[in-house]
Amino acid sequence: MLGKLTWAAIPFDQPIPLIAGAVVLVGILAVLAWIVIAGYLPSLWREWITSVDHKRIGVMYTLLAMVMLLRGFSDAIMMRIQQAIAFHSQGYLPPEHYNQIFSAHGTIMIFFVAMPFVIGLMNLVVPLQLGVRDVAFPTLNSVGFWLTATGALLVNVSLVVGEFARTGWLPYPPLSELTYSPGVGVDYYLWSLEISGVGTLVAGINLVTTVLKLRTKGLTYLRMPIFCWTTLASNLLIITAFPILTATLAMLILDRYFGFHFFTNEAGGNVMMFMNLIWAWGHPEVYILVLPAFGIYSEVVATFSGKPLFGYRSMVIATMAICIISFMVWLHHFFTMGAGPNVNAIFGIASMIIAVPTGVKIYNWLFTMYGGRVRFATPMLWSIGFMVTFIIGGLTGVLVAVPPADFLLHNSLFLVAHFHNVIIGGVLFGAFAGYAYWFPKAFGFRLVEGWGKAAFWCWLFGFYLSFMPLYAVGILGMTRRMQHYDVAEWRPWLLVAGFGAVVVLAGIVCQIMQLVVSIRDREELRDLTGDPWDGRSLEWSTASPPPVFNFAVLPDVEGEDAYWTIKSRAREQGLLRGEPDYRDIEMPRNSATGFVCAFFATVMGFALIWHIWWMVIVGGVGAFATFVAFAWRDHDEYVIPAAEVARMDRANREARLTALKLAGSSS
Amino acid sequence: MNILDPQGPIAAANKTILVDSVAIMLAIVVPTIIAIFAFAYYFRATNTRAFYLPNFAHSGRLELVVWSIPALTIILLGGVAWIGSHELDPRVPVAGTGSPVRIQVVSLDWKWLFIYPDQRVATVNALTVPVGAPLEFELTSSSVMNVFFIPQLGSMIYTMNGMVTHLNLRADQAGDLQGLSAHFSGDGFPDMLFDVHVVSPLDFPKWVEATAKSDSVLNADAYKKLSQQSIETGRPTYRLDDPRLFNDIATLRIPPGPGPQLTDNVAKSKSESGAANVR
Repeated sequence: MLGKLTWAAIPFDQPIPLIAGAVVLVGILAVLAWIVIAGYLPSLWREWITSVDHKRIGVMYTLLAMVMLLRGFSDAIMMRIQQAIAFHSQGYLPPEHYNQIFSAHGTIMIFFVAMPFVIGLMNLVVPLQLGVRDVAFPTLNSVGFWLTATGALLVNVSLVVGEFARTGWLPYPPLSELTYSPGVGVDYYLWSLEISGVGTLVAGINLVTTVLKLRTKGLTYLRMPIFCWTTLASNLLIITAFPILTATLAMLILDRYFGFHFFTNEAGGNVMMFMNLIWAWGHPEVYILVLPAFGIYSEVVATFSGKPLFGYRSMVIATMAICIISFMVWLHHFFTMGAGPNVNAIFGIASMIIAVPTGVKIYNWLFTMYGGRVRFATPMLWSIGFMVTFIIGGLTGVLVAVPPADFLLHNSLFLVAHFHNVIIGGVLFGAFAGYAYWFPKAFGFRLVEGWGKAAFWCWLFGFYLSFMPLYAVGILGMTRRMQHYDVAEWRPWLLVAGFGAVVVLAGIVCQIMQLVVSIRDREELRDLTGDPWDGRSLEWSTASPPPVFNFAVLPDVEGEDAYWTIKSRAREQGLLRGEPDYRDIEMPRNSATGFVCAFFATVMGFALIWHIWWMVIVGGVGAFATFVAFAWRDHDEYVIPAAEVARMDRANREARLTALKLAGSSS
Repeated sequence: MNILDPQGPIAAANKTILVDSVAIMLAIVVPTIIAIFAFAYYFRATNTRAFYLPNFAHSGRLELVVWSIPALTIILLGGVAWIGSHELDPRVPVAGTGSPVRIQVVSLDWKWLFIYPDQRVATVNALTVPVGAPLEFELTSSSVMNVFFIPQLGSMIYTMNGMVTHLNLRADQAGDLQGLSAHFSGDGFPDMLFDVHVVSPLDFPKWVEATAKSDSVLNADAYKKLSQQSIETGRPTYRLDDPRLFNDIATLRIPPGPGPQLTDNVAKSKSESGAANVR
């Protein structure tokens, strides 16, 4: 009846996951109870859960990422504590638990923190920057988000029901094959990523279509903000790379569920094929994450330097070059597998070539500051912190791209330090910069600067304290994923790294405080003009938060830095362009399709993990029936009358005009 | 295990390439970092003496420089990578004094088996090699993947079941070193440390002679027992019965080992069969 699921699946004998799970469960129940009792449930359902508004979906993606960051960071600090104390001893985490933690940490941080964070920001901002009303496929967008949430949920369910993979964040066979990992851990991994991978693919298709087909009048490709370009590049990579991941994991599923032999030791299976395939997705994935972050830095550095971005066309070429080359370098993840000198050298050099466009980007940001008036608001601090940190990460990255150097550094903590250096210093700092930068756009009030700056400094120093020691201990020969060790010279470095994790924790606490204080003081922090940072692209030309239709009248773009041009003219003339001719606006209706589909997908995923076949059928049929029902819908749009549009837009125009006059009189 | 303190020519060459590459990159990285701080500080909004170029967004000359600096660096490093990959190909034999020593390595769960087919001996978790002689390693795995790595002798390499990888090293100083696995392979992975004894060319035959007198014999049956998962704290030695044992393992004539089992599974099987071999 319940497949492999029995009471034994719940780890009653392991207090840590049980308590962690109980705390999370009580937290979720408390929030749900509060929502129901306070009567927020109907509006939550109407305004958020069933919303197909790209801004709302973007916010939900970002929220998911931040919540999962807490989970991923708990794993991180548990590992740092374990390695700080497990010298000549077993520490406090037994191997079977420690091995789950490092596997979950990597999986969560990449798939459920970094990915939803960048996809959330792209969702929120790109349609606004393109001057359009929504993404190309609004309901599909909702489906994509909820399927990602399903994956995140399944990973967390594994905390209390069963176990998670103990194989590392990429489940290399043969260790991940049924013979050597008979438990449900690897299955949790596989089904979480298969389901959320569909969500990611859907988001990628949506955003590529949006950028290619939905730009406002006059917004030619070479007038798009760089963030739109990096979004295009990143999502093209998603469309090409994620099917590889889905197929590779599907092959492992066939091995585990039906006794196939794609990657087994016996019967002609080949483990090296798995490594090639997984990294054929895995390396583009790195650029899927970092390209949007590069876009965010481009927006932030230009805005806070009060100048257009230096070398716009170079930036576009560099972005698209990275997009293409990132597909030709995957083999550098296993130089030490004995591929031979020509193969290693060619892939090594290809990997280094990526450093050229990346270096160009750094110089372009540098020269954007040249001759500027640099304001050190939080987003700019993250950007400068990124530039310095990322250069160091780039240096160590090029170093491990030299095969003979990699022969000493592969799989060591040096490598771990390197990829945290680029993912924290590149992706996460970018996500935080974007969060601080676009928060007022999404919610209509700014975040407090004080707590934000404190968070930045804690994260920056915490990062250096955590990962510079890992570079050192990697030089001393320490490999990754060690549950305990007996080498005395490693210890001091691991203690410093543990302290660094505590400093990062302080940064996270500051971020939570920042959010709490900002919500409390939201009236003082209110952004009335829609343009709190003196921005340059179209998202700042509408109100904060933007009306559901984004723009009362779709803007007309006459050059790069679209809004800057409009604003400069208005400043010169001291008035806005004449009131436009308002028309009725058609917007897509809300739809529960995404949520219901994801509900059934969760049921199906859970059932597949535990071999509950009848429930698999229920989930599969339910999910399929949901989108068939959606396809047969009669009404998919509603109309906002012109008078309503005019009323909303006039209020915004008035606020903006006042701000312009104030700015005019003060200068 | 400091990789910056090499004890053989391969490790020394790896290290030279590592240090040179860092030096080449630092030559542009350090000025760039300084420029970031300098520009950010000098052009701060509150600095009224700094000039303001609100429309400065393009300069052909600067962009040429901007593309050339990283491109030239990468051309230089690309050369280093090309030459280094060929010279330090793990398959390429290393010159040395004395006759080469062939060593066949099998990564077991969770220990290392070293077979000396010419000397007809085998050891677990202790590798004894003569100073200065070329060391020719052939490597495979009994079940899951591992990476064979002696940090101070250089170049690590994967071990995979059903496949043989090759590695050539040389140790130039007598003394004791440590090796380890660099690829996660299950619960006992952190205990896959092994000793490396580098002995004088005169002592090596003596060690072989002493080891050949071992009471234990390594044959297919003994190997099957050995490939059960365990954490080896002793340093057992064996007389080698059949010098083709490694070939039989690598060609799967001896089937893959049972592999790492989860601790709770082992506990279950322990209660069933009474066979316990986990610490």
